[in-house]
Order: sequence, then structure tokens, then C-alpha cells
Amino acid sequence: MNDSSRLSLWQAAYVIARRDFSAIVFSKVFLLFLIGPLFFLALSAGGGYIGGMAASGITDPALGLAMSPQDNAAAKQANETLDPLVGMPDVVVIDGEESAQPQALLDDEDRNLFAVLTGSLQDPLLTGPKDDVERWEGEVAMMVGAARGEAIPQASLRTTITDNGIINRQTAQDVTARAGITMLFMLTMFLAGMILSNLVEEKGNKIIEILAAAIPMDAVFVGKLFAMLGVSLVGLTVWGTAAGVILFLGASALPVIPPPALGWPLFFALFVIYFSMSYLLIGSVFITIGSMAPTVRDVQTISLPATILNLVVFFVSMFALSRPGSPFEVAAAIFPLSSPYMMLARAAQDGVIWWHVAAIAWQILWVAIFVKVGAGLFRSWVLKSGSAGREKGTGRKGLLGMLRPGTNQSS
Amino acid sequence: MDDPVDQAQGRDKPVATHDYAIEARGLVKRFGNTLAVNGVDITVPRGAIYGILGPNGAGKTTTLRMILGIIDPDEGVRRIFGEDRPQRIARRIGYLPEERGLYPAMKAPDAIAFMGSLRGLPQAEGRRRGIEMMEEYGLGHAVDKKIKELSKGMAQTVQLLGTLVHRPELVILDEPFSGLDAINQGKLEGLIRQLAEDGTTVIFSTHVIHHAERLCSDVAIIAGGKVPYAGSVEVARDRLPPQVRLETENADGPWRAALPASAVRDGAAWVFEVPDTGIEPLLRSLIEGNAGIRSLSIERAGLHDAFVTIAGEAAAKAMQTQATGQEEPA
Repeated sequence: MNDSSRLSLWQAAYVIARRDFSAIVFSKVFLLFLIGPLFFLALSAGGGYIGGMAASGITDPALGLAMSPQDNAAAKQANETLDPLVGMPDVVVIDGEESAQPQALLDDEDRNLFAVLTGSLQDPLLTGPKDDVERWEGEVAMMVGAARGEAIPQASLRTTITDNGIINRQTAQDVTARAGITMLFMLTMFLAGMILSNLVEEKGNKIIEILAAAIPMDAVFVGKLFAMLGVSLVGLTVWGTAAGVILFLGASALPVIPPPALGWPLFFALFVIYFSMSYLLIGSVFITIGSMAPTVRDVQTISLPATILNLVVFFVSMFALSRPGSPFEVAAAIFPLSSPYMMLARAAQDGVIWWHVAAIAWQILWVAIFVKVGAGLFRSWVLKSGSAGREKGTGRKGLLGMLRPGTNQSS
Repeated sequence: MDDPVDQAQGRDKPVATHDYAIEARGLVKRFGNTLAVNGVDITVPRGAIYGILGPNGAGKTTTLRMILGIIDPDEGVRRIFGEDRPQRIARRIGYLPEERGLYPAMKAPDAIAFMGSLRGLPQAEGRRRGIEMMEEYGLGHAVDKKIKELSKGMAQTVQLLGTLVHRPELVILDEPFSGLDAINQGKLEGLIRQLAEDGTTVIFSTHVIHHAERLCSDVAIIAGGKVPYAGSVEVARDRLPPQVRLETENADGPWRAALPASAVRDGAAWVFEVPDTGIEPLLRSLIEGNAGIRSLSIERAGLHDAFVTIAGEAAAKAMQTQATGQEEPA
């Protein structure tokens, strides 16, 4: 800075962020923050369960019966008879020409098949991914035997192993998507709660006026938001490292997490970006609402609507996830608050990269809008600002004003 | 066209803008239906110690906040060193708000450095200066202590040092004496004088007239959101004629005819304005009338009397009531 000026928006934001970051990272509370993911895991399990319920609109993958119509009918009848006794898979009867190509049936997104039974009851052939064939081979043999009318229903099966079917992969990637959304939600809420506590400290210490006299309020906003983002990224690094060590040491003992469509490295990178966006959006709502509170005690109460809003966004995202390609899902991907959730889910489910470039640009725009509007409301509510004070024509207004160094937002 | 601020201050000649540290013209601020400040004009010369006097709720803090750019006025213009957006020159300004605020978990030198860094001072330099200043002001033993471990007075001093650490040209202190004991009030008065000697412009608000009377070259009297007087302390005091205070041996006699009709008793003394005819004819009449003069003094009006005359009895009483709970300086 030159001698006669003041700190620019970003310099001032850095001063605020450095103070907040140091105060948090070098405090005992930060240890609690680092062990917070344990708490996350419990809640994530709950969230995953709820997400699973929301996703129940997707029918479970079924076994395709692609033999002759008579054999199909007999097999289906046998399946219904055995189901109460041993728990059989759902079956879908497929009559027609396509029944000759089990791989095509498995790859058809409109069908939801984990395996296909072709041939005849006398010479059945089960085609499907290895895991699914191994999982259901016994039940299918029993079903074929029962369809033949054998006293002890146990037919021999030929099997053909294919690559993972499209539905199988999609179902698995849904799990990854749901897990990602849940992680994102929990982390965002946790961080938003922390920034609220930080604002409470600021109000309690009555230091806002000192800040307001020296630097633009936008800088206080940006500084606080990014300080907490920095704190969370430190946390993510620690947790990621710990998770990596655990995976390295005990990979075989852990369940395999289905790989996302974009692959793990890009998925992790997008997770960090979408987490940052989600946090900046929700965090700016929190800090704005927090600034409305006349007393420290009121801050917690008044933030409840923002908490509920974020919960609604989470559940809407989970629901939209179960309606891939629907207008509802597209709307959820466009709506700023749910966009990070939905796009992370897309990263798990779909391999298209340009969507993410567009979505990140879109979200950055909304972050700027949220921060700008939030800072303006913050200044008005905290310090009761008016509109005069300077000579006409010397002010810089508008969204772009905050991006210019040295812009005074509060005088 | 005549400058309204100059007119309000009774100046004959307009002064170039760059000679002022602060110019505020027609500042108006409303909070809802409450008119907190109603057309305040203040001009502060560079290098002055300037007091803003008024009871609580008069509009002092709101005026200072508008001058600093913390809040914008609804009407009017303010300039600091000719700049109408004060935060643009934040590095040249130091501000101590009425409500003191520091981070409790910060060490004292770090708190000073943080306040300096808000004004553009590098953190390491701010910390170095902070330690130096703490030692200079008798807080050397507390450099390793956190704010929450300091007494209220010590924490207040630390915040004051944080206000000064970047060596501002203009220091604005809102009720700086509030909460300080007599010894620390005396120290603060010394510090303010020292700053002015070094060329720093100092503005402070207070509801204790004695501080302003002892320190200030200029004052603004603010009451009910308006500034009925802004200018030099001497001019304010000269608004009232000098007062004669007379004590006599004899309670009554022919000499009583020499007293003006406006003379009033104040204990054993008579108090009245110096007659238009001057003091010598009065003295002669008292001697010839056998008053038995025990003492006779001519006293110049104090700032308090000027305040009563300018702002009114009600404002003066409010000031006195608020100041009652505050210790007077040693």
C-alpha cells in the first residue's frame, strides 16, 4: 500500500483471515474440530439411511428372464413360490428378439438388471457381473429346478461373466454420490456453525467498530469466511491423510467404496471445490443472519432459519439424486445453494467434465453475490449506515466494486 | 459565498481546506424516527486538541462515527484531510471507540500489532513497537500476558496503544477517560498533550468539562444532536463577561447601593458582572460606603459557565449528573 491510502479489500481480508485462522488453529478447540469427523460418521450413517429411503424410488436391480415365454412364466412362478422361503431376487420377464443379447440388456439404462437368464430351463445360462452372478447363482439354480418341477430344486447353471453392468455401476455410484453429499452437508453445517461462533466472539468483544473504522466491512466478511475455509481445508488435509493411512494399512479389511465416474483424484478435487462453494454460500448466509442479532444470545436463535434452510437443501438434493435427468434434478443443480451438492453427485455418477467448469463459474458468481449482499446487510444492521457522507459522484457501486482494490464499501 | 462553518465559528476569513484535519458540514443522522444528529458543523484545525462536549445521548459518538466513515450520514459531507471517504486514508487515523474491544486470548503486543495491521502496519513491526510502547507506558511486565489476564485499566491502555501504534496524524478518542481511575486519567491527559506537541491532531469526546478545559484549544458543544457552539475555548469563555466576587466585613450599609441590581449572594460573597463603568468607580463607592472589603476578585467565566450559557441549564445538569460517577483526575 502507499503512504496515503488504506488496505485494499483483499489486504484487509487477509489481515482478518490471518487473525481468525491463527486464533482457531492454535486453540484447544481446534482439536475438537479435528475429532469432529467421528461425530460426522455417526450422522452420515443416519443421513445415508435417509438418503437411501429417498432413493427407494429407484427399483432394485432385477434378474432378467430372457428364455421362451413358457420357461419365463414357469421361472417367474417358481420365483414367487420360493421368495417367501429363501429371499429371491426381483425378476423381470423379457420376451422378444432382444432376449438373445444379454449384454445389451445389461447395458440398457432403462432396464434395471443385475443379470440375465437365457437359454432354456433345461440348459440355462446366467449372464452378469462376477459379484452378482456369485451372489445369486444358488438362488437362480433353485428357481430353475423348481420351475422344472424337481422335488429337490437344484439345477446346474452355466454362467457368463461380463463387465459390471451399467445399472450396477450406477447404483454403486449413487452410493458414492449420497455419501459425498452427506459429507459435504455435514462439513458445511459444522463450519457454518463455527463461523457463527466466531461472529459471536466478535460481538462479545465489541471489536466490530474498530474493524469498521479501519477497513471495509466486505473485508471483514471475506476475511472471516476465508479464514474458516482455510481452517476447514487444514482439517480436510488432516482427515484425508488419516484416511489414507488407514486405507493403506487396512485396505483389505474395509469395504470397497464404488469409484466415482470421474475417478477418485478428480472427484476429491471437486469435493474440495464444491465444499468451498457450499461453505461460502451457507457461511455468508449464516454470518449475515448472525449480524442481525442484537445480542450475543440472540445469534444462536436467529440462525435457526439458516440451519433449517440448509437442511431443506440437503434433503432436496438427496431426493433429486433419486430422479436423475428429471427437471427437478436440473433445477436442484442450478439453484445456488443445492448446486454444489448436486454437482458433486454428478461427479460421482457422470463423466462429463465441462458441466463442472460451468457449475463452478456459476457458483463463484453466486458466492460473490451472497458476499456482496451479505456484507451490505451486515453493515446496515451492525452499524446503521446511511447513504450520504461524500461528494456526489465519488462512490463506486455495484458488484464489481468489491473486486477492485482500494474500493471503500462502507463510507 | 461565505463558508457556513466559518460563520458558525465566527471566523472572519475562510481558511484553506488543507489546513483542517476535519471538516464536517450539515451532518444529519436518523435512526428510525429518532433524529440523532441534526445538522452538525465541525471544523478541526490541524495540530489542535479538540474536544466534543455534551451529555450522553447528545450525538457525540454518532458524530464521530460519521466523521470516521463507520456510518454514513443521511445528509451532509465530512472530510478528513480533505478526503470525503475517510477509510481511504485509514492509515493516517487512529480511533479509540467508546466501547472497548480486544480479543481476550491475544497477547497484549499481538493485540497492538493487530490494530496496527488494520491500518497497514506490518505485523512484526507492530509487535516490536507494541512491546516498546508497553514498556514506555509502564506495562513492560505485561508483554507476555493475554488480554484476559490484564486489569480493565491495563487493557484499556493496551487498546489506546493499539490506536497509536501506526503513528497516526489524527487521533479520535471517544470518551477516552471513561472507566479510568484518577491516576490513569492524569496519564492520559499527559499523553494527549504529548501527541499534540508532536504535531498530531487529537479529538476526543467527553461529558466531563474539566478534561476539555484543561486540554483543548477548541471545542464543539453538542446538545440534542446540534452544535450550538464550535470554536476556541477562549472565545467560548469570553462569551460571558468576567464576574466580580466580593466579600465584605459589614453585611449592610451605604455601600450596598453601589452593587448592581443583578448581584446575587453566593455564601458569604456577592457575585455580579463587572459593571459597564468599570471596576474603579465600584471600588471607590465600596470604600466610601464603608463596606470593609475583605476580598475582591475578578474571575473569568469557566468553560462550564460557557456551556450552561450556550447549551442550556438542562444539558449542563445532565452532564454533571453523568460525570458524578466518574472519578476526577488527580
